Amino acid sequence: MFDVVKDLLVLLIGSSLVSNVVLSQFLGLCPFLGVSKKVDTAVGMGGAVIFVITLASAVAAVIYRVILVPFDITYLQTIVFILVIAALVQFVEMFLKKYVPSLYQALGVYLPLITTNCAVLGIALTNVQKNYGIGFSIVSGFSTAVGFLIAIVILAGIREKIAYNDVPESFQGMPIVLITAGLMAIAFCGFSGLL
Amino acid sequence: MKMNFSAIIIAVAVVGGVGLFLGIFLGIASIVFKVDVDEREEAVLGVLPGNNCGGCGFPGCSGLAAAIAKGEAAVNACPVGGEAVGKKVAAIMGVEAGETVRMTAFVKCAGDCNKTTQNYAYTGVEDCSMVKYVPDGGAKSCNYGCLGYGNCVKACPFGAISVQNGIAVVDKEKCKACGKCIAACPKGLIELIPYNAKTVVACSSKDKGPVTMKACQSGCIGCSLCVKVCPEGAITVTDFHAHIDQSKCMGCGACKEKCPKKAIQDFAS
Repeated sequence: MFDVVKDLLVLLIGSSLVSNVVLSQFLGLCPFLGVSKKVDTAVGMGGAVIFVITLASAVAAVIYRVILVPFDITYLQTIVFILVIAALVQFVEMFLKKYVPSLYQALGVYLPLITTNCAVLGIALTNVQKNYGIGFSIVSGFSTAVGFLIAIVILAGIREKIAYNDVPESFQGMPIVLITAGLMAIAFCGFSGLL
Repeated sequence: MKMNFSAIIIAVAVVGGVGLFLGIFLGIASIVFKVDVDEREEAVLGVLPGNNCGGCGFPGCSGLAAAIAKGEAAVNACPVGGEAVGKKVAAIMGVEAGETVRMTAFVKCAGDCNKTTQNYAYTGVEDCSMVKYVPDGGAKSCNYGCLGYGNCVKACPFGAISVQNGIAVVDKEKCKACGKCIAACPKGLIELIPYNAKTVVACSSKDKGPVTMKACQSGCIGCSLCVKVCPEGAITVTDFHAHIDQSKCMGCGACKEKCPKKAIQDFAS
């Protein structure tokens, strides 16, 4: 029992900080750079990503165990996961619109954007690669998404400050953001000794 | 080479089956979870400008469309679309559109680089909301004047504002009166006035007359000569500067003639 808790804790810290989804695996860079102009929107995006990745990890793990392994067609995992995740996001959007309009409003445009977020698919595939069970997949998905939230909120905070700086003309806009993201990735290397 | 047909068939069946199942599932879900949307709401949304500026006070065009469809907002509530859009929306909603007055933003400051001086050389962050907090509220001799670092320029979604000779100037042809610049100006210099306003007070200085006199060549010193000369009683002086009530102003220009500092000007540009 104790071992399982310890494993889960290691997984939680490992996938949120040490092998951060954005800063060390370079997944989900599109929303990371695209919606990190303001802290508010970054938190909204991060929340939506946590929600979707946790759900998608669970569903993908179930599909893998129940359909792909028994039929011996695990090589089809990528295409099946894409199908399932896209449908899942669509369904979640419909469900929220009907029953939780406030959350639907809060997540807004970010929810459909996540359909094409490579981090979601990446985590589902990583879980399978590492041979996680369903429970571990959910925790892995959740903690990875928390890592995404941490990274995007930090970048948004830095970008809000950069707006006041006198950035050289050739670095204005995306270049300075990419340099910032690179420096953040270096800083996150410091976590590698944590485990 | 021998092909393993059963593997192909299983793969096709599984992926096809999953796809078919998800398709049917989503199809059923879209019927079960259908949210009744007022069809007028979508029609209204179609004629609104769609740049989500928020000038109406609702969160974006879809917010206003929902409010109009519910009857919570006036059909001509969109300040950007003005009368043209108001009429279209009214046609959809089946009501009469009232007359709308086209508004435009106006920067109540004429203290450009020729009329004011710099108290010191400022070399810090070029942002009005930051400069506001440096000593004397910026290097400009007038503490209430336009700082000219262009927060309003950045805020304007229509490119209607430019900084000319140290002060912000609104191009009233491009201005859609969304009000973003009003919120962006830390000095509170920008006001919405009718597009066809004739006469304006181009000063917001709350300093007493002698202080304003030293700070700016065209600052309002609050002498109240305009108040006395106005036949309509449209001008009031509060906090040592004059203000014209545009709903009363007839545009006779008497105040402009009388103003000793030329702070009252034609609203031409």
